[in-house]
Amino acid sequence: MKLSLMGVINLIHETEEMGTLTANRCLATVPFGGRYRLIDFALSSMVNSGIPKVAIFAHTKYRSLIDHLGSGGNWDLHRKQSGLFVLPPAMESQSDFGKGDLYHFYRHRDYFARSPLEYVVIARSHMVCNIDFGRVLAHHRERNADITVVCKRWPNAETGLTRKAELDADGRVVDMQDHYGRLASDIVSMEMYVLRKELLLDLVETSLAQGKDHFVRHAILSRLQELHVSAYLHEGVLGVVNSIPAFYRHNMELLKPEVWNELFFSPGPIYTKVKDEPPTRYRSGSQVSGSLVANGCEIEGSVQGSILFRGVKIRKGAVVRNSIVMQNGVIGEDGALENCILDKEVEIRPQQQLKGSSHMPFLALKRNVI
Amino acid sequence: MKQRSECIAMLLAGGEGRRLGVLTKDLAKPAVHFGGKYRIIDFTLSNCVNSGIDTVGVLTQYQPLVLNQYLGIGSPWGLDRRDGGMHVLPPYVRQKGGVWYKGTANAIYQNMGFIERYDPEYVLIISGDHIYKMDYDLLLESHKRNRADATLAVITVPWADASRFGILSVDEEDRVVEFAEKPKQPKSNLASMGVYIFSWPVLRDALMRDEAQSGSSNDFGKDVIPTLLREGARLYAHRFGGYWKDVGTIDSLWEANMDLLADEPALDLNDRAWRIYSVNPNRPAHYLSPQASVQNSLINEGCVVQGQVNRSVLFHGVRIGEGSMIEDAVIMPHAVIGRNVRIVRAIVGEGAIVGDGCTIGAIDAEEIAVVGSGDHIEAEPKLEEANPV
Repeated sequence: MKLSLMGVINLIHETEEMGTLTANRCLATVPFGGRYRLIDFALSSMVNSGIPKVAIFAHTKYRSLIDHLGSGGNWDLHRKQSGLFVLPPAMESQSDFGKGDLYHFYRHRDYFARSPLEYVVIARSHMVCNIDFGRVLAHHRERNADITVVCKRWPNAETGLTRKAELDADGRVVDMQDHYGRLASDIVSMEMYVLRKELLLDLVETSLAQGKDHFVRHAILSRLQELHVSAYLHEGVLGVVNSIPAFYRHNMELLKPEVWNELFFSPGPIYTKVKDEPPTRYRSGSQVSGSLVANGCEIEGSVQGSILFRGVKIRKGAVVRNSIVMQNGVIGEDGALENCILDKEVEIRPQQQLKGSSHMPFLALKRNVI
Repeated sequence: MKQRSECIAMLLAGGEGRRLGVLTKDLAKPAVHFGGKYRIIDFTLSNCVNSGIDTVGVLTQYQPLVLNQYLGIGSPWGLDRRDGGMHVLPPYVRQKGGVWYKGTANAIYQNMGFIERYDPEYVLIISGDHIYKMDYDLLLESHKRNRADATLAVITVPWADASRFGILSVDEEDRVVEFAEKPKQPKSNLASMGVYIFSWPVLRDALMRDEAQSGSSNDFGKDVIPTLLREGARLYAHRFGGYWKDVGTIDSLWEANMDLLADEPALDLNDRAWRIYSVNPNRPAHYLSPQASVQNSLINEGCVVQGQVNRSVLFHGVRIGEGSMIEDAVIMPHAVIGRNVRIVRAIVGEGAIVGDGCTIGAIDAEEIAVVGSGDHIEAEPKLEEANPV
């Protein structure tokens, strides 16, 4: 059945501490998991749930975003009816750029108003998960909630920056605080909100009229008494990827077969931009184990506990351990990496050795030659 | 306004691939898997696009379901174009009834209406049965330079194999003086690759006359080209020096896959200037477990390898269980190999399941072992298990 649900992936003022990984790209297009960008997870989940129309509210550094998404065809969103809308900020003047997301929602209100779809799901790009929004909407209707927020019971949430929520016995949100708050709870918000389109437009206008422009803080958290905000608890795998340690940790989690299996296949596949790389070539003498390897790589050296993105070259004698090497990286002969994250197109010269710690991996800038 | 195309391609994709046996059960030969990721037809379609040809008619006939689904509207090759693009052309019924494509030339004859919609100067005839990377634009250039009526792409083959091909004799300017289809006593070792460029008026006229000829088998190699040659048409050879392989048999399909594992493969799949496009299966990066070992192999997306893989090609979504050993083998998409399996010198078909403890093929076997697509193989029960006390 067609879901009467439209999607928004909100990239306005994303909270992140990603260092140079977001120097020239937005959080949504940070590479992840060997061949994906962070946004692929929310976007694929929406498509697999049967959501026919998705808008990406872009904000800053969105060249890589537009390059990645193209016409949306790779997510099957290149359609005559509905499909993908990439909406950059539509401000009246430059000074409006820094205003909160509600202001930008308001400027994009035609996107909502023009559609006959009844409900909206607003998500962020950095929640790595595979989720059926149809079930979230069913929960929302069952509970007769005003707003449903997707949460997860997650005792070991220390690496990412997350809002924490306190629920009552019925699963209603009674308190929620930003990541620097003191609320002691093992329920984290996955920053996915389902609500009626009319309610959203009403919240946008009343909040802005009161001089408030922050969607979560002003439209939701300050109304926890008057609105019924229900929590839907997600059972599946989750990665909150908005800091470097979290990025590293959640990539490494993919080396567990059960995580790999669930995140990439269930309930649906994760789509990304197709690159037409050939299969990966392992040469004689290669020693690769406990690793995730994308297509188009050429491997002569040794790789353990690592993630290689598309088109990576590991030369003879090179040793890569517990590291993440992004697209087209080259590790020269007898080079050695341990606990490193190499951004795209980094070249490690022969014999060069680099080592980070497992808590704070060494991070190399895009296109650096080291 | 109708756009005129200088050169359009007609791709013969009706091949049955009978000698590929259980691998072409529900499949036309051009749809047979190759190289860990591709189907055979990807090479000719990619060649077209990379050569700047944007209008391609694909003539299908035998087992078209998988092929049609694979081709779609040509988007994976960038052939979903407003003008031109890729068109699948099966035989169809006309007012006077319809017939199957009787031969290669008849297939083109039946689609003359399609060609004329584009009003081309030249028509490229290719087939979806061969693995090669070729710039058809160079072929077109030499065709124009020679003011030829038809130009045949040729490749030098070993003399011992020459009697398996259409063999050409040429003069010092590479003008064709003789053409013999599978000659017993070959006079040359220049073999036709089944890649032709015709000036369209010449081809049009030749096809109509060939069709009127009773007793013709309506085949380019057997009928159309020999007739043109006899009539003194300007036929030229265009020499091709790269890798070219007909993968029509189990042996040659296996060999062509193994060719990719050479230190410097003659067919470079990683050439970014000449990409081979295909329908991408959208699978995650493949996973090698802590116990896995992989040497000299090609592995595609979505595989999970927990055993040992040597000198083998693994297509997408293949699973290799713990303790298993895969050597000199080609494992087609989504095949599942259990634990403690030994596979040597073999091709395992798409979606086949090989149960724990099976042995397939042998290192000294003369023939390549084959597990058919979708087959399910279990190990022979051991004696003590078969006779419980």
